Amino acid sequence: MSDSDEDSPQLDESKAELDRAFEQLYRDHLRDVYSYSYYRVGNHHDAEDVTEQAFLQAYRHFERARRESNGRPLRPWLIRIAHNLASNYHRDRARRPQRVLDDTEPLAAPHGTERIVEGREELKEVMEHLQQLPDDRRDALIMRFALGMDNREIARSLGRSDGATKVLIHRAIKQLEEEMSANGG
Amino acid sequence: MAAEQPTDVEALLRSALRPIEPPEKLSGRVEETLSAVTEAAAEELSAWAEELSESELRSLRDPRNWVRPAAAIAAGGVAAGGLVLVELRRRSGKRPSRLSELADQVSDIADQVRDQVRNRLD
Repeated sequence: MSDSDEDSPQLDESKAELDRAFEQLYRDHLRDVYSYSYYRVGNHHDAEDVTEQAFLQAYRHFERARRESNGRPLRPWLIRIAHNLASNYHRDRARRPQRVLDDTEPLAAPHGTERIVEGREELKEVMEHLQQLPDDRRDALIMRFALGMDNREIARSLGRSDGATKVLIHRAIKQLEEEMSANGG
Repeated sequence: MAAEQPTDVEALLRSALRPIEPPEKLSGRVEETLSAVTEAAAEELSAWAEELSESELRSLRDPRNWVRPAAAIAAGGVAAGGLVLVELRRRSGKRPSRLSELADQVSDIADQVRDQVRNRLD
């Protein structure tokens, strides 16, 4: 049993390393967590709460998550925390997001004025259909398109296999296509 | 035989689901909460930590350290301003009101640090 002073610098270093790693995780993924939260809860105020709680939970469990990740990226773990918190939010309030596009800024890509108006209608429509999808399909599409996650990352976030996730996303897109076409989209 | 143009849902989703930049105040808020929680955890531990030796104390992870560099790098002036606020509150002895809601989190962090020290002593 060695608890001599000589052990301390090494231990200090590993703790400092852990803090640095969390700091990096925070910097890299604040926008991801916020974006996911926003699209799940539908307003900035609650998205801020979910984001804050997600990072608090992440901080509490970071050491173990890092140990168990075997070097794999921690973004899926972080998004899973936000995912669970958002699910709790909906369970608590028993309601769905209602104002998904209300506060979003104008489209980032340059368009002509008519295209913007046209595009906004289409975007609004696709968002409305998105919100009507089964939860798992909707969440997978948010992860794919808002966060740019690949199938493997989404699978880890949702606790599914890679194959099942691929099928889930394929079906989600197909369902949206069908419903928008049926609506004359 | 496509009578009508199929909707390019993926392109629409790409446009509709753009990443959302967090409000500037959020960075400060998250860091402030983390600072507040860890400050409170440190305070909760302080009486207990007085019983520890210098070397044992050095082995404790100070959860406050990571927040300050994160503020400078991640969010620039706004977050730094948030941390100044935290520091002022700390010095004036005034805790953020949200702290009371975070009591369980404080305890968790305090427990973690206690465990670390206990493991080290074993």
